[in-house]
Amino acid sequence: MKHSSFFWFVLPSTLLMLAFIAFPIVSVVSQSFYTAHEQVVVQVKNCGPFGCSMETSVDQEATAALREAEPLGKFAGLDIYKDRNHLAFGEVAAAWVNSDGLPDFGRSLMNLPFYKAMGFTLTYTAVVTPLTILLGFFVAIAVNSVAKALKGPTIFFSLLPMIVTPLVGSLILFWMVDARGILGTGLQWLTDDPNLSVKASTGLMWIMLMVYGVWHAAPFAFVVFYAGLQTVNTDTLESAMVDGATRWERIRFVVVPHLLPLVTFVALIQLMDNFRVFEPIVSFQASAHATSLSYAIYNDLGGETRLLSSAAATSVLTIIGIAILLSPVLVRTWRDFDRK
Amino acid sequence: MSSKATRQPPTIRIMATSFLVIWLLVAAFPFLWTLWGSFKVEGDFFSKANWANALFGTLTQAETGGSFTGAGYEGAWVQEEFWRAALNTTIVCVFVVTVSLTCGTLGGYALARSTHRYAFWFLLFALMFRAMPPITLVSGYLLPFFEWNLWGHLYTTVIVLVAINQPFTLWMLHSFFKNIPKDLDESAMVDGCTRFQAFRHVIIPVMWPGVITTGLFSFLLAYNDFAVTTMLLSKENQTMIPKIASFLGTTQTKGNVMFAVSAVVSATAPLFVMVMFFQRQIVSGLTAGAVKG
Repeated sequence: MKHSSFFWFVLPSTLLMLAFIAFPIVSVVSQSFYTAHEQVVVQVKNCGPFGCSMETSVDQEATAALREAEPLGKFAGLDIYKDRNHLAFGEVAAAWVNSDGLPDFGRSLMNLPFYKAMGFTLTYTAVVTPLTILLGFFVAIAVNSVAKALKGPTIFFSLLPMIVTPLVGSLILFWMVDARGILGTGLQWLTDDPNLSVKASTGLMWIMLMVYGVWHAAPFAFVVFYAGLQTVNTDTLESAMVDGATRWERIRFVVVPHLLPLVTFVALIQLMDNFRVFEPIVSFQASAHATSLSYAIYNDLGGETRLLSSAAATSVLTIIGIAILLSPVLVRTWRDFDRK
Repeated sequence: MSSKATRQPPTIRIMATSFLVIWLLVAAFPFLWTLWGSFKVEGDFFSKANWANALFGTLTQAETGGSFTGAGYEGAWVQEEFWRAALNTTIVCVFVVTVSLTCGTLGGYALARSTHRYAFWFLLFALMFRAMPPITLVSGYLLPFFEWNLWGHLYTTVIVLVAINQPFTLWMLHSFFKNIPKDLDESAMVDGCTRFQAFRHVIIPVMWPGVITTGLFSFLLAYNDFAVTTMLLSKENQTMIPKIASFLGTTQTKGNVMFAVSAVVSATAPLFVMVMFFQRQIVSGLTAGAVKG
């Protein structure tokens, strides 16, 4: 294809991506080095019947004018990254000195917003990704071995948890595990504790969020693995059987190696998606027990005072995290291309 | 099934079937339960006395006289003006799908046909952009959008969603176009067509299966988005998903939780229908390779 025609064909997409993905990244990075202007304070002499006194008051007009003139705020360097809401170097150092033993250090770390969010995000990613793959794999194997008539409906219902909006899907689960909902009542009956409430317990809340994560993502793993199972070589399976391999050995030595590239693919996609876990925390109203990096940004941006700089700094840290997670995918794509 | 290696003994069959039945219950039951419960009053949906009230609607009968009530739907759609949100969602989805497919087919076609190295770099950058969580980008939009008065409008959100959608659309269409033989458009060009004419008259007629699949995923992205729509839309322009989220914050008075429940059911219904009709395309899109919706 000629350079010029390539250029015209990709122009619309390029403009869109530059303006709304590349430029915002630059804008986020620069915003994270600035902080909002402090209010302009003026000294006013206030004279009343009991004599004069000096009072300080906020000059609203001057503040507004200053903010208007420099909407980014004033330059703060790396200060925002270092403050208590982000990397909190000072607090971490203090906790390291004051704590006795690693568990205690960990506990004081979990009181700092950024590390709390990071802790949940990483745990969530590390737990949900392997469980998703396992559940998806077993469902795919099971679907593959039942009668053909059952396959259509199974795939239809299996797709639902994944297709349905994350916010809506997690709300549906949340209502069911409410202390007055069916699953909540069931849990109370199982544990024989009429006061058990998922909303009130940090541990249960983490488990519920992860259960939702697996429920939501397993269908994707299932569909990919099921498609992979259709291409397993039956000749290999039969010769393995002739050689005396049991059913389990056939799965272990023929089917699993065949699916392995798909497992890597699903794992990488899931790592990226789980790292940005966000909506379930909103609908479970779980922010007291668990926050994620995305939720921290959302929290800064919403509300009365939009903490743009704070959100920007968390965003930059999230992007760095994503970049670390993504690097194996990029290397792999690179190699694939070079091989061609 | 004819091969001896794939034949199953009865015990394995029973185990597999029962495992599947459990999985299907886990996957589908929450939706059926919520659909059923949305026609009850709050006292039944969240029953303190007995969970089975939600099944039989004891309080619903006492309060309204019938076993089912549409009060939640009426409250959500009429009183809380959920229809406005539904309308906004429709507008956003239609425009996002059309615009992102228009840009995406042009770009995806060029990327599939170009043999130069920069095409690969382009795709690599698109992959990186694809991994960005939308909420991190949103924090970059807010300040410029406030400054230039772009915040709150539907068309801003449409353009933003299209842009966020672009990397995924490009990857997916690129792999679909790769499967269309090169000879097709090249022979048209030998016959004297320009590149664009070849695309217009030869490629467009055969590209629809791939475009429909990609369109489905674009639709899903626009429909399911929460991060962008909740941050960039003013209250009266809200789409369905942020509207549901706002129900949670404001409507804590008695009975109003049912507004949220019926709104949730209303927002799920179109997806249900979509899976029913396009199951094959969704499955093929999920397995298409290095991309996911």
